[in-house]
Amino acid sequence: MSMTQQAEPAVTTPPVSGPGKEKDGRTQQRSLVLRLLARPEVGVFLGALAILVFFLIMAPTLRQGSSMSTVLYQSSTIGIMVLPVALLMIGGEFDLSSGVAPVASALTASMTAFELTLNVWVGVIAALVVSLAIGFFNGWLLVRTGLPSFLVTLGTFMGLQGVNLAVTKLVTGNVATDDISDMDGFDQAKAVFASSFDVGGVNVKITVLWWLAFAALATWVLLRTKYGNWIFAVGGNKDSARAVGVPVNFTKISLFVLVGFGAWFVGMHNLFQYNTVQSGEGVGNELIYIAAAVVGGCLLTGGYGTIIGPVFGAFMFGLVQLGIVYATWNPDWFKTFLGVMLVGATLVNLWVRKQATRR
Amino acid sequence: MDRSSHPRSRRFAPVIAVAAAAALTLAGCSSSSGGKKSEEGAADASAGKATTPRMTVALVTHQAPGDTFWDTVRKGAEAAAAKDNIKLIYSADPNAGNQANLVQTAIDQKVDGIAVTLAKPDAMKGVIGKADKAGIPVVGLNSGLSDWKQFNMLEFFGQDESVAGEAFGKKLNEVGAKHALCVIQEQGNVGLTQRCDGVEKTFDGKLDVQNVNGADKPSVKSTLTAKLKQDSSIDYVVTLGAPFALTAVQSVSDAGSKAKVATFDLNKELIKAVKSGDIQFAVDQQPYLQGYLAVDGLWLYKNNGNYSGGGEQPVLTGPAFVDKSNVDKIAEFAAKGTR
Repeated sequence: MSMTQQAEPAVTTPPVSGPGKEKDGRTQQRSLVLRLLARPEVGVFLGALAILVFFLIMAPTLRQGSSMSTVLYQSSTIGIMVLPVALLMIGGEFDLSSGVAPVASALTASMTAFELTLNVWVGVIAALVVSLAIGFFNGWLLVRTGLPSFLVTLGTFMGLQGVNLAVTKLVTGNVATDDISDMDGFDQAKAVFASSFDVGGVNVKITVLWWLAFAALATWVLLRTKYGNWIFAVGGNKDSARAVGVPVNFTKISLFVLVGFGAWFVGMHNLFQYNTVQSGEGVGNELIYIAAAVVGGCLLTGGYGTIIGPVFGAFMFGLVQLGIVYATWNPDWFKTFLGVMLVGATLVNLWVRKQATRR
Repeated sequence: MDRSSHPRSRRFAPVIAVAAAAALTLAGCSSSSGGKKSEEGAADASAGKATTPRMTVALVTHQAPGDTFWDTVRKGAEAAAAKDNIKLIYSADPNAGNQANLVQTAIDQKVDGIAVTLAKPDAMKGVIGKADKAGIPVVGLNSGLSDWKQFNMLEFFGQDESVAGEAFGKKLNEVGAKHALCVIQEQGNVGLTQRCDGVEKTFDGKLDVQNVNGADKPSVKSTLTAKLKQDSSIDYVVTLGAPFALTAVQSVSDAGSKAKVATFDLNKELIKAVKSGDIQFAVDQQPYLQGYLAVDGLWLYKNNGNYSGGGEQPVLTGPAFVDKSNVDKIAEFAAKGTR
């Protein structure tokens, strides 16, 4: 990717072309609608809207508020992890270990608390340390060796899969952890990571709030801070970025650490929602996270993307997964529907952007 | 394929975390309820020990990593091996081709017996023929009820999935279910499909099937919640593995549904849920028994020429029903992770 990619995020804050400026006729002034459509998240927004309308017609049950709350819960458990994964992709790397990393985190918390009979918050903190360390290790190995992130994180992915299983078996004697729901601190931790509350008779899961809060924070960081500029710069062109004084290594490592933080949060939700963890879980989720970020307009090559886009990307995933159920389609075709919908949504996304940026 | 030998430096991270946590124990962060301390004191089952010559047995299954069911099978096999002075080589791969290769490695190692599951019988046929030719006795367990005899295997220990499904369907009739939902956690798995088909055969009410992504709990939960909301007439959720039953209980309450939950297979959390009434009943195929008998069967054949069922009939390990009436008897074994 060339440096010109870096200019793209500027589209989200349209250049000054106010009424005060006179046209010289050399370039055609594009309409507000077209300029809006050119924003990377608009395509996915329209795609998600189209799928939403489609399922609202096909599946009457989806029209209830409580059904939408279930869809949002499903989207949020994907979406919280998609945020750091998207930032990492904008920064030019991706992480294949992001599927099993939450499981590693949950296992650490559960086993630390249970085996040593400690307050579960001790386990939660131990898990945070481990998760951040995994992220740091990924980033450190990447900048240290210069290997592609595909290879580095594939290694971590496989390594973690084995460690999750072997250490759990070694420590507990079983492949699943013990129930920690009767231990000190569990109720508090559950309130933070896995509670729910009623809004107008509709049950809303707290993960939805966390998801939106994290998304707002990530958008602010990406668009309004120096660190956000660094992310675009290292994703666009590492060498040019370094030449203009961007701390490339720090940016890349910190992005992997952020993924570690996301994994910790999702892992804690899984632990406190379901009380036990099975060590073999999580495999395959990494592709869903990456796909949601791509559907949301992040380029696989880096240097381009937003946070709002992947939020809609995750929503679209949750919507399609559950919309198929609400529409009572033959479950044998489940995965096929999912695949067709996603490629379709991405194409709509692409098409909208092309139409909008054409002169 | 010993899964405990992954040389990764990352292993130290949990070690450091545990060490840090240990320091915190002293600092007074320990939990006053639950945890390891409350569980300690349960003794292990131990029988006598055989003095027969050391022999080597390979157990090759189609376990997916981290599955609680197969862990129990393996524990049964290990118990029998310890008692019979057997060196047990355990390996597993859910991919049929890879599993066949694992059997081949056992033949190459000239083991004294092979115990194998036939989740995809056609893929295993060739390599089992090779074991036969090499003079290694092969026993079947868990899956392959309709094929083991044709493959010239010695004996078979397991449960007929269709029969188990049919028994489940009858039980649903007994408890007055009208509209059940069969939840498949691994799309395309032959045994799981047979269970649902078996239930459908004997169940008088209506049966729907729902596929879920078993590798992702939140996805299982919200998919079931969605289904229960979509169709409020569902009054029984039938899961095909213990962890999914526990998740289904949460979905039922989330969806505000009145459906009850029953399941195939057990684990120790599930036993608690049966006790508390969250789960109505479970069909148990006794995986511990399958692993134990398969290994012990090979020992008996080598040392006394015995074979169960005379090589003609399988030995059925299930279906056994566990519900509130008999759960207490099983609970103490389940706590150790052997039921």
